[in-house]
Amino acid sequence: MQNDIITIYVALENGDRVSVEAPTNMGLSVMEVLKANEFEIPALCGGMAICATCHVEVLQSPPLPEPSDDEAYMLESLPHATENSRLSCQLRVNPELDGLVVRIMPEA
Amino acid sequence: MNDITTDICIVGAGPVGLFAVFEAGLLKMRCHVVDALPAVGGQLTEIYPKKPIYDIPGFPEVLAGDLVKNLQKQIAPFHPTFTLGERVENLDKQEDGSFIVSTVAGTRIACKVVVIAGGLGSFEPRKPAIEHLEKFEGKGVHYMVLDPEKFRDKRVVLAGGGDSALDWTIYLAGLCSDLTLVHRGTSFRGAPESAAKVLSMAEEGQIKLILKSNVAEVHGNGKLDSVTVMVDNDTPFQLEVDYFIPLFGLVPKLGPIDNWGLELDKNAIVVDTKDYSTNVPGVYAIGDINTYPGKLKLILCGFHEAALMAQSAYNIVYPDKKFVLKYTTVNGIQEL
Ligand SMILES: Cc1cc2nc3c(=O)[nH]c(=O)nc-3n(C[C@H](O)[C@H](O)[C@H](O)COP(=O)(O)OP(=O)(O)OC[C@H]3O[C@@H](n4cnc5c(N)ncnc54)[C@H](O)[C@@H]3O)c2cc1C
Ligand code: FES
Repeated sequence: MQNDIITIYVALENGDRVSVEAPTNMGLSVMEVLKANEFEIPALCGGMAICATCHVEVLQSPPLPEPSDDEAYMLESLPHATENSRLSCQLRVNPELDGLVVRIMPEA
Repeated sequence: MNDITTDICIVGAGPVGLFAVFEAGLLKMRCHVVDALPAVGGQLTEIYPKKPIYDIPGFPEVLAGDLVKNLQKQIAPFHPTFTLGERVENLDKQEDGSFIVSTVAGTRIACKVVVIAGGLGSFEPRKPAIEHLEKFEGKGVHYMVLDPEKFRDKRVVLAGGGDSALDWTIYLAGLCSDLTLVHRGTSFRGAPESAAKVLSMAEEGQIKLILKSNVAEVHGNGKLDSVTVMVDNDTPFQLEVDYFIPLFGLVPKLGPIDNWGLELDKNAIVVDTKDYSTNVPGVYAIGDINTYPGKLKLILCGFHEAALMAQSAYNIVYPDKKFVLKYTTVNGIQEL
């Protein structure tokens, strides 16, 4: 049976990890899940991969899909992106993402 | 200098600023609208002109660009005036309670009421996290190339991997005595022709290209004289330069609005929901830029805020007249 709810973890500055439950059947992005859980993530462009204000660093994850060209372009032009940076608005919540750990990057 | 006198100065020509002209016009108040961008429409024009919007009452579906066009048509009878392409920098309260709003370009607008409809704020350069970078702004550090001639025969380091970094590398290569492009990645995703050109210029020795690297420190005494480039996150080396130009795109920032003495909460202006007034009498904030319990950043909500703002502003513009609510269906739209 496929699980309809997965758990995503957000690493806080003090080292704590907060777990967040995310439904996999609503077509949500990780950004939308973070916003819905009232994390401070501006996500100004609403998920269009053009503002990078939803920038996260993936600390631990199951295999993730490659970034699309739009996402990769944005990440490449960010001054403080790391090799594990992603735009959370471009990561779709699906069962494979269970256990993902992200850190919300300070303002991009 | 350009001096303008009006009843209401609206900062921001997004959908909410435009609709505020309509609500003010119904009450016979004249508006001047200022926007930092060269076109009206705010986020609708800048970010998603071709996207359909489904939650405007009476329009089951409308393209963002068309909504902006319709708003322009709707406010035309009130003959608003516009200053576009100029960011509002200062808001100065006069002794008689009126205001002078002034822009970067020196345009001054004298008005009785100021309505801030600044949305996300104005778009500003995204700055890399380098210690003391601000100290060198204008003294060797620039975030935009306004006048390329400034860099003629100078030693310049550009940073970034997007289109503007590529374009300026190509343009400045023939001008600077020494040009280096520092890029965090190993490849470029900008326009393929520009990327190919930059790579071949590097091969031919016309520019220096340092990949997998970033500028980590800036040095100088009052004026920039060198930068430290960190290669692969662990090998630093010093580069003597006259100018460092980080080109990492634009992000919306509250910008000058921060300095206008308004009560802020998390980058938004705190307002009284009675009339969307701020803590400064005569200054209102409507649309995405304001915050209050239950705030929703929707166009619809900004429109409602504009209507209540106008009723309240009327008492400032016409202190001796009593306002009586009339429906537009009773009076129609009377041109100003
Ligand atoms: C992708 C996306 C989709 C959206 N879809 C919807 C939707 O379907 N329905 C909906 O209701 N909302 C939607 N929104 C939200 C909607 O776009 C905003 O609520 C709306 O644009 C807010 O309007 P505004 O006039 O307050 O601000 P904005 O549209 O942000 O306009 C503000 C203007 O102020 C200018 N400005 C700021 N500071 C200054 C200054 N100092 N000097 C001069 N000018 C200045 C800016 O340049 C800008 O043009 C969407 C947003 C995005 C990003
Ligand atoms: S929300 Fe803008 S890039 Fe993700």
